[in-house]
Amino acid sequence: MALDDNIISRWQQSETLLLGGSAGSFKILFHLIKILPHDLNKTVIIIIHRKKNFFSEIEKLFAENSRMFFREISDKDKIESNAIYIAPANYHTLIEKEGYFSLDVSEAVWYSKPSIDVTFESAAEVYSTKCTAILFSGANQDGAGGLLKLYQSGALTIVQDPGEAEMAEMPQSAINLNAATCVLTTKEIFELLQNST
Amino acid sequence: MKDTLGKDIITPAQLTELIDLVKKLHGFDFSDYTKASLKRRLGRIMMLKKLDFYDLKHVLVNNPDFFQEFLEEITVNVTEMFRDPAFYKSLNRLVIPYLSTYQHAKIWCAGCSSGEEVYSLAILFKEEGLYKKSFIYGTDINTEVLKEARKGIYSLRKIKSYAENYLFTGLPGSITDHFTIMYDAAAIHSELRQNVLFSVHNLISDTVFNEFQMITCRNVFIYFETELQERILDVFYRSLCPLGYLCLGNKETIRSEGFRKKFKVIDQKENIYQKIGS
Repeated sequence: MALDDNIISRWQQSETLLLGGSAGSFKILFHLIKILPHDLNKTVIIIIHRKKNFFSEIEKLFAENSRMFFREISDKDKIESNAIYIAPANYHTLIEKEGYFSLDVSEAVWYSKPSIDVTFESAAEVYSTKCTAILFSGANQDGAGGLLKLYQSGALTIVQDPGEAEMAEMPQSAINLNAATCVLTTKEIFELLQNST
Repeated sequence: MKDTLGKDIITPAQLTELIDLVKKLHGFDFSDYTKASLKRRLGRIMMLKKLDFYDLKHVLVNNPDFFQEFLEEITVNVTEMFRDPAFYKSLNRLVIPYLSTYQHAKIWCAGCSSGEEVYSLAILFKEEGLYKKSFIYGTDINTEVLKEARKGIYSLRKIKSYAENYLFTGLPGSITDHFTIMYDAAAIHSELRQNVLFSVHNLISDTVFNEFQMITCRNVFIYFETELQERILDVFYRSLCPLGYLCLGNKETIRSEGFRKKFKVIDQKENIYQKIGS
């Protein structure tokens, strides 16, 4: 399924945007947060795989280029609208139904901490239909299972077209699980997100 | 690595039921733990032990030996040596010069799990010439992990995985210099075990047991809701000597207005605080 009015309207009604990616997704995510307006009226949560001990570069670049309030998540941070949050390295990020984040140092999932699955699964329990999640390029299966949970809870789930992803495995795994509402090209994803109201 | 698919999701009502059950039967109170994480841990136990919710309740009630296992799985015992090297650097620069002025420095490492952080501190103190006049108490709720901590023997593979952390702390040599290596095991030098003591302490129900010049409690508060964090902050405050130091995890900050007045920020990023007032 390609981009259509139904998808655009579900995106517009979303209060939360979840973005997950790994190898090959940084550049897209970087350009994507640049286009989001400061008054998006949604909460954006980014989970991107990265190594511990090499902090601040991604966060710094994103913060400098975002028009929205940007913050690396600290434990018990309140989840606000019109803000972009990024999951910190070497922690899993969970979403509490009372509207705040909690962090977790437990075992890596799919060799990853932060794991996209962990955040997506906890988001699926808290948010239902008013949520959009996008899974981008990556070299492992993390995120696919979590995206399925989101799909089952009624979220709009989008997967980057594996044909054009730098690393196809992550989006392809989500498609194999039937976790995607639709598969979009990067161009279509940008087009969709620009239709924010 | 594990597949998280097909995991049973516990309803909020079931979660409350289980918390009550554990409290009544075993005296451990998980009611102020953060819910999302607790649910995940329970889901994990159920998956590992192949139990559904009712089976889990059943074994908790009828198999007294199961509880220790349950406790081990429900509390997160993942730890690293020199986790967040920048923290150890900051400690070295901002806190150790002060600790060195004491004739004797007592340290409490609360929630020490299998001891990696206690030994990291011991190594840092040794390198800075502070170890011989210091004593480090490591406490945890979990008796099983404390057994490992006391042994101070880790797999060589694990110790090697901390080599990068160690390198980033700027300490001389390499992490393996502090271990005796035999086959695939690495035992911490016996000297580094002399001034440390591990014992059981439950942050939720136990209280002050000594006076310390520094307390570290890193990546423990993330599992607690804010009110519980404040109760424990009070225990820490009362356990510290005047101008004693409190070190929280990299992403854990003191949020309460009351305690922000009682602790001065020494390092905002690494969450190192100093007790002020009386």
